[in-house]
Amino acid sequence: MFLVFLVAPLVYAFWLSLFSKGLATGTTFSGIGNYVKAFTDTEFLGGLLFVVVFSVVLIPLQMLVSLAAALVLDAVTTKLARFSRLMIFVPYAIPAVIGALMWGFLYSPGFGPLAQLFGLFHASAPNLLGSHEVFGALLNVVTWQWSGYYMIIIYAALQGIDSSLYEAARIDGAGPWQIALRIKVPLVASALVLILVFALIGTLQFFTEPQVLAPSSNGAITPSFTPNMYAYNLAFANSQINYASAISFALGLVVFIGVYIFLFATRKKGRIV
Amino acid sequence: MKKKALIALVGLAVVSALTACSSPGGSGGSTPAATDKPQSQADKPSNCDNKILYPSATRVSLWGWSPTLPVAVDAFDKAHKDVQICWTNAGAGSAEYQKFSTAIAAGKGAPDVIMLETDHLNSFLIKDALVNLSDYGADKWKSDFSAGTLKDISSNGGIYAIPDDGGPVALMYRKDIFDQYGLTVPKTWAEYAADADKLKSAGGPAIGDWPNDTPAFAQAMFAQAGADTFDYNINQKTSLGVDIDNAASRKVLDYWDGLVQKGEVVTTGQSSTDFVSELSSGKLATFIAASWEPGHLTGAGFTRGPGSPWRVAMLPQWNADSPVQVNWGGSTYAVTTQSKVPHAASEVAMELFGHENQQTLGAHFPQHVKVQKASWFVNAEDPFFGGQKANKEVWIPTADAYKGQSYSPFQDYYYQQVTAMLTKTTSGAESSKAGLSKLQSTIASYAKAQGFTVKTK
Repeated sequence: MFLVFLVAPLVYAFWLSLFSKGLATGTTFSGIGNYVKAFTDTEFLGGLLFVVVFSVVLIPLQMLVSLAAALVLDAVTTKLARFSRLMIFVPYAIPAVIGALMWGFLYSPGFGPLAQLFGLFHASAPNLLGSHEVFGALLNVVTWQWSGYYMIIIYAALQGIDSSLYEAARIDGAGPWQIALRIKVPLVASALVLILVFALIGTLQFFTEPQVLAPSSNGAITPSFTPNMYAYNLAFANSQINYASAISFALGLVVFIGVYIFLFATRKKGRIV
Repeated sequence: MKKKALIALVGLAVVSALTACSSPGGSGGSTPAATDKPQSQADKPSNCDNKILYPSATRVSLWGWSPTLPVAVDAFDKAHKDVQICWTNAGAGSAEYQKFSTAIAAGKGAPDVIMLETDHLNSFLIKDALVNLSDYGADKWKSDFSAGTLKDISSNGGIYAIPDDGGPVALMYRKDIFDQYGLTVPKTWAEYAADADKLKSAGGPAIGDWPNDTPAFAQAMFAQAGADTFDYNINQKTSLGVDIDNAASRKVLDYWDGLVQKGEVVTTGQSSTDFVSELSSGKLATFIAASWEPGHLTGAGFTRGPGSPWRVAMLPQWNADSPVQVNWGGSTYAVTTQSKVPHAASEVAMELFGHENQQTLGAHFPQHVKVQKASWFVNAEDPFFGGQKANKEVWIPTADAYKGQSYSPFQDYYYQQVTAMLTKTTSGAESSKAGLSKLQSTIASYAKAQGFTVKTK
C-alpha cells in the first residue's frame, strides 16, 4: 500500500521532472535542467517569497489566537465555554473551498455586507481583493479557518496537565496570569511546536483559498501566486507537465529543509524550557 | 460464449448496414459512419447525458457546454439512425480544455468530437490533437461561412473545426441613462470619451468597464485598432510570428487607462459577481459585449421585454470612415485525432448545428450564413433589448464585416500574461509602452523555450 500509493507516484513524478518537452519539440532528457530553471524562475521564486512572508506573519498570529482561546476556555468552566469551544472549532469543519467562496462574498465591494455597511455612510466599500489588500484578506480567511483546530490541540494538551500543579502554584502565591504564562504555556510547548510544523507545511503549500478567490480578484491573484498554484497551472493550463513536476519537487525540498531547520532549532530550545 | 458474441456482432453489422442505407442523413448510399471501421460494443461510449435512440448505431462521444446542446443532440440523434451522439458536459471553457489537454498527454480519454472556442484552436492544433476535416468533406461547407470565420477555423488551407456560434462585438448601452443625461450613442471612440466626460461632469455613473481578468476582450480591442499579434500556421509548426508591442495596442491601452484615471471607467473584473451586480444596478452606462452576453445576462436574471433598459449599437470606431469589426469568443466543434470513428465524428461536427432553428440556436449568434439570412432570424425582435431588431441592426452587419483574427498556439499562457500586464498598466504602475514591451519579451522568450523559431515583425 505504502509503495503503490506513496512511493510509486513520487518516483514517477520525479522521473517526469528529469525530462523536458516544449510545445514545438519532442521530449528530451534534461537531467537537473528543470531544477536549475525552477530556482532561477522569477515566478516560482516570487511565489515562494510570498508564502514565506505569509508564513512569518500568519503563523505567530494564528498561534496567538488559538493559544489565547485555549487558555480562556481552559480557565472558564461554564456551559458557555463548551458552546464557544464548538463555535471556534466550526470554521475548521467547513470545507476550505466553501469557506473561501463565503469570504469571497463577504469581501465583495459590490453586493456583500461591506457594500451595505459603507453604503449607510454613502461611501463605497474598499476592494479587499486588490493587489495590496489581498494579503490581509487571505490572512484573515486562513486564520479563521485553522485557529479553531489549533485551539483544540492546545486545549487537549492543557486538559492533560495535572491540576495539582495549579494548586501548588496557587499556594506559592501565583495569580491566574502567572499560572497561565509560567505553568500552562511551557507545559504545552510541545503541542505548540506541533502546530507550528503543521502550519508551516500547510502555508508553504498554500493553494485552495487563493485558487478559489482568484476569479473574483480581477487578476490580483496571479496563476503563479503560490508555488503550488504555479505547479497546478503549469501542468493543467499550460501543458508543462515535466516542469510542473520539477516545481512540485523543488517546493517539497524547500518545505523539507524549512521544517528540518525549524525542528532542529526548537529541539535545542525545548531543552532550555 | 464467444460464438454468441460473434453472432451478435455480425447481426449488429448487418443491422447498422441496413439502417445506414435508409438513413435520412445519408447522401446517396454510403454514409460516413459506414466508412469507419466497425465499432465494437466495448468501444461504444456510455454514460451519456442524453438518451440514445438507436443503440446499435455507431456512437460518437461529444464534449460540450453549449446551453442548447441537449436540443441539438436529440435532433441529430433522431435524424441519424446510423450515428448517435453520446454527449457529456465536461465543463465550460478552460475546465474542459484542461481535461482535453490531460487526455492528449495520456494518449487516450479524449472524446470523438469536442467543443472548442475559436481562439483555442491553434493551442490544440500544435498538439496534433485535431483532425483536418477537409479530408472528411468539410470543404462543401465553405460557402456557408464568412471569410473572417473561415480564416479562424482554417490552417494551411484545411478546415479544423466547424463553428456553431460567433461572438460579434458591439456596444450595449442603457437607454434610460443615455436619455437622462442627454447622450448620443457614440459612433467613434472619441465620441465615447466625450460621453464619458459628460456623464462624469453631470455626476452620472461610469461609462464602462476596463477589466484585467478578461484578456480575450482586450485582445479583441487590440485587433480592432489594427494589431495583428500572432502569425501562426500549421504548415510551419515550429515557427511563430509575435508582434505585441505595436502602436495599435498602445493606443488602446492609453485610451482606456486615460478614462480609468479620470474616474470615468471602472476596473471591475468581469468574472466576478460584482460586475453583474454593477451592470444590473445602473452603475455602468455601457458594456462592450459579444453577442452571447445577452443570453448570459438573461441567465443572471436580467429583465426582458418592454421594460429592459438595454439597447445595442455598432461598436465605436477609431476611424468612422473605415470601420473594423471584431469577434470575441464563439465556439466550434472539432474532431479529435484520438477518434476511432473519424467519418462519423466529422458528420457530427458538421451536421450538429448545420440545420439551425430557433430551438437549437437559443440566444446564440449563428456562424452559418444561411441561418443569418433566414427571415425568422433577421427580423427577430430581441426581448433583451426591449424588442429591438438587434440581429438586423447590429449583430449581422458586425459579423459580415469581420475579417478574422490571429491566435497563438499557447493562448492560455498568452492570456495569463495579458492579465498580468493589465493589472500593472491599468493601475498606473506601468506605462502602456513598458507593459507591452515586457509582454512582448515574455511571450517571445516563452515561445523560444517551447522550441519555436520566433519572428518579430
